[in-house]
Amino acid sequence: MTDAATLPPGRTTRLKLDRDGVIKRGLMLVIAAYLFAALALPLYAMLSKSFVTYSFDLTRYEFQVSDETGTIWSDPVSAADLNARLDLFDPDDLRTSTNGRLAVTGFFPEFSFRSPVKYRLRGTVADAPYLVGLDLQNSTEWREFDGNTFRRVNLRPVATAGLQNYRAYFTNPTLLSSIGNSVFIATVSTVLTVTAAFGFAYALNRSCMQFKGAFRLIAMMPILVPSLLPGIALIYLFGNQGLLKSLLMGQSIYGPLGIVIGSIFFTFPHALIIISTALSISDQRQYEAAESLRASKWRTFWTVTIPSARYGLISAAFVTFTLVITDFGLPKVIGGQYNVLAIDIYKQVIGQQNFEMGAVVSVVLLIPAVIAFAVDRIVQKKQVSLLSARSVPYQPRPNRRFDMAMLGWCSLVALFIVGIIGICQFAALVKFWPYDLSFSLRNYEFDRMDGGGWAAYFNSLRMAALTAVVGTVIVFTGAYVVEKIDGFRLGRAGFQFLAMLPMAIPGMVLGLAYIFFFNDPENPLNFVYGTMAILVISTVTHFYTVGHLTALTALKQIDAEFEPVASSLRAPFWRLFARVTVPVCLPSILDISIYLFVNAMTTVSAVVFLYSTHTALASVAVLNMDDAGDVAPAAAMGMMIFYTNAAARMLHAAASRGLLRRTQAWRLR
Amino acid sequence: MTALDAEGLRAATGIAEPYLRIENVWKAFGDFVALRDVSLDIERGEFICFLGPSGCGKTTLLRAVAGLDPQSRGTIRQGGRDISDMPASQRDYGIVFQSYALFPNLTIAKNIAFGLENTRRPRAEISARVDELLDLVGLPEQADKYPAQLSGGQQQRIALARAIAINPGLLLLDEPLSALDAKVRVHLRHEIKELQRKLGVTTIMVTHDQEEALSMADRIAVMNQGVIEQVGTPTEIYRHPATLFVADFIGETNRIETTHTGGAVRVGHAVLQTETHGLRDGQAVVMVVRPEDVLPHAVGYEAEMKPNQLPVDIADMEFLGSYWRAHLNNPEFANTPLVANFSINAVRRFGLASGTRMTVEIPPERLLVFPREGVA
Repeated sequence: MTDAATLPPGRTTRLKLDRDGVIKRGLMLVIAAYLFAALALPLYAMLSKSFVTYSFDLTRYEFQVSDETGTIWSDPVSAADLNARLDLFDPDDLRTSTNGRLAVTGFFPEFSFRSPVKYRLRGTVADAPYLVGLDLQNSTEWREFDGNTFRRVNLRPVATAGLQNYRAYFTNPTLLSSIGNSVFIATVSTVLTVTAAFGFAYALNRSCMQFKGAFRLIAMMPILVPSLLPGIALIYLFGNQGLLKSLLMGQSIYGPLGIVIGSIFFTFPHALIIISTALSISDQRQYEAAESLRASKWRTFWTVTIPSARYGLISAAFVTFTLVITDFGLPKVIGGQYNVLAIDIYKQVIGQQNFEMGAVVSVVLLIPAVIAFAVDRIVQKKQVSLLSARSVPYQPRPNRRFDMAMLGWCSLVALFIVGIIGICQFAALVKFWPYDLSFSLRNYEFDRMDGGGWAAYFNSLRMAALTAVVGTVIVFTGAYVVEKIDGFRLGRAGFQFLAMLPMAIPGMVLGLAYIFFFNDPENPLNFVYGTMAILVISTVTHFYTVGHLTALTALKQIDAEFEPVASSLRAPFWRLFARVTVPVCLPSILDISIYLFVNAMTTVSAVVFLYSTHTALASVAVLNMDDAGDVAPAAAMGMMIFYTNAAARMLHAAASRGLLRRTQAWRLR
Repeated sequence: MTALDAEGLRAATGIAEPYLRIENVWKAFGDFVALRDVSLDIERGEFICFLGPSGCGKTTLLRAVAGLDPQSRGTIRQGGRDISDMPASQRDYGIVFQSYALFPNLTIAKNIAFGLENTRRPRAEISARVDELLDLVGLPEQADKYPAQLSGGQQQRIALARAIAINPGLLLLDEPLSALDAKVRVHLRHEIKELQRKLGVTTIMVTHDQEEALSMADRIAVMNQGVIEQVGTPTEIYRHPATLFVADFIGETNRIETTHTGGAVRVGHAVLQTETHGLRDGQAVVMVVRPEDVLPHAVGYEAEMKPNQLPVDIADMEFLGSYWRAHLNNPEFANTPLVANFSINAVRRFGLASGTRMTVEIPPERLLVFPREGVA
């Protein structure tokens, strides 16, 4: 503040805190603490982890060896000298991960545990860790070992910070090829999805085609299933024993082809929503002007339709690109040997336990996601300003040939979507594809397979319900804090940034960040690791942004003067919150909760790192059963998720309508 | 002397402090100074208007009084206690906004009862009070409707009922009529004034509409660029504006730049006497005359012009219903036409029309003279 320059000397008046003020600040602290613990700190932990390398530092250790009698000792010799003299390990052997161990017997080629020769070991600096059995030692005092004990002595690595991990990553051709692969499939999928979705959206908004309602419903179906489900369907159709394998003419479905087809399926609704919104706000008057100027239909399309929808198209393209490049489930199921970034993270972490390299790949994966996010935000802002209150909505006129063509296109897309889900359903119900196609419910007996059984399904249900309830409370309160609490402008801006951030963080990255943060024994929050709580927290955080924006939009529509009026009436703010703010925003609150529920049921990426044996989830079970070769049960579990989400959606629609009728009577004049 | 002593002294001498005392209040938003050393006393039961163009600081001052945006410097005392740093919830006022700010999901009755429900009064008492208030604002049948089902004027009356429900010591009205149609506005103006008189509640209204301020307020504080230019009754403000800004802002004016000599100004050959004091000889001044103070004296030029008489030609006449507006030209100051409002009677009596040559008179007590700023 520059008060001093413009005001007379003195102290600037600040209002005393009343009870409301205390509670509001408390709320703000709680939400800020949540976002910090669940987002900022884990990401920071991951980022710093990517710069940490572990290696055995041989200069830190010294040995002494006795003669056969165990009384006369050699001069102390450092492990580094020993290594240089005997040429035992090259620098690559000395690079390792957190869990690395180096047996000291390796320094003594003549070592035999039966010999009476004794050994001594000490650190030359304070930090020189080594293990005796499982006991961690770290001492500059000599310790003496007989041969039998000495073979259980292992050196432990020390951490150094630097760019070595990145250097290693960018000199590894296998890892590096994943970048190209990821960008390739994301680009191809984006072009195809956006084209398909544009045609579909065009039909919905600009034609007089029949069955629009049904098409809308079908187009939204992919949201209800995990992204890896289309992979399973494609295996049934085009896999080694696929019905239509011959159609591929020798091409394999395992690899980029399968990933791209599956990606079109699961990103289609997301692209459609955005493009459809963009097309629905076009102005009839522009078309009338074009017609009166005798512009051809083709020319009108390129000079009026495309420019007015361009922000929607750009936004849809970036959203699709991000979804594909960060997706993990689909390449896992149908990628075969084709490596992509998300798979690399999984392989580094789960397969090789190389967490640091996993962190490096995560950082690489963050780059396209962050760019896409930034571009999307800029474009979204521009899109809003296109709307004017005086625009006249476009009214399509019937045109038989055009409408039939549109109907044809939409039917094709609908067939694709229904077909994928139908195949999964069919495969889940038959005894043994493709040899015995008689029906049975055996594939639904999940308790007979690995992967978590029915317990996994009920865990998912519990997790989704908790996410919906807890998440909605946190998200709505957070948005309220940003929008309706005055003061703390800087704090609220930071808050808003944190709330937007999850949109740019791929699930795999978030999951890995959680391992680093919550699995650290020194973290007081360590106790949530391996519990249901961490699954709920990660899912709420992963899907935070969309809910936040929904709540913010609803809150912005509420008169800013309600708070002053309530405080002048000496009513505490929580009474206003409970009796006015929440009821008025109820439709949006329901939308947020169903969004969180459906996504919690289908998500794989973040939770795949975080579930434990007693918190296995249905979506992860699909992945694991597929991995174990139980593809039909995997399809069955995927369908369970589909039924559940469809039912939840219907319940939500009914509840919304009921609530609207009961509590929102004021909306009707 | 401690505060308690001052209090005691006041009680002993019988000099009561005004109900609301605003002292040396400043407000800055970054580098922008919105209020500049504003002081104002408001008596109990008074209806006062903060009037001024947008950006003059009137709403800022109201929000400081309400504790919504505290002042940067200065003190505000209400009913003898210092409320300068009290949060809104601990002050004693009711507020009505331009947007009504009625809770859309609550019925009219529940809206009005919103403030009463904190007072832990029995249900029956609250509902009796709500009925009483609905009667008071003339909407007894509307208790179970929702705000969206009422007209704008009705909604604003409900907002008023809600604000006075808790018997506040101070009623703050922030442009309460600006969102309403012209007819409703005039009607509600009158009703609010009546209600205020009946309740005797000290009231501050912020408005940019001078007609509203003149017709409703006991006193008006005219504000401009963060300072109060003048405080006074509507007639004082209108008849005796203290500054050129006030004269210009309230009502219509003719402005003619001239110089002052010996209690008079010259326009062409005409000498116009004024009752404005404190001007130097030869000082550059602005002469201000309201259109209704240009009085028709006679048709044709007088042979011998008396002081405060001017020869003019009617260039053009507009009929405005209750009066005529005439644009008068004087050959001697052709570039500043004079606007005059002539009553229908006068036009008929003198037979005035476009092109008429006539003599008009401006009485000395109606001729306002202000020093020209920036000119010695």
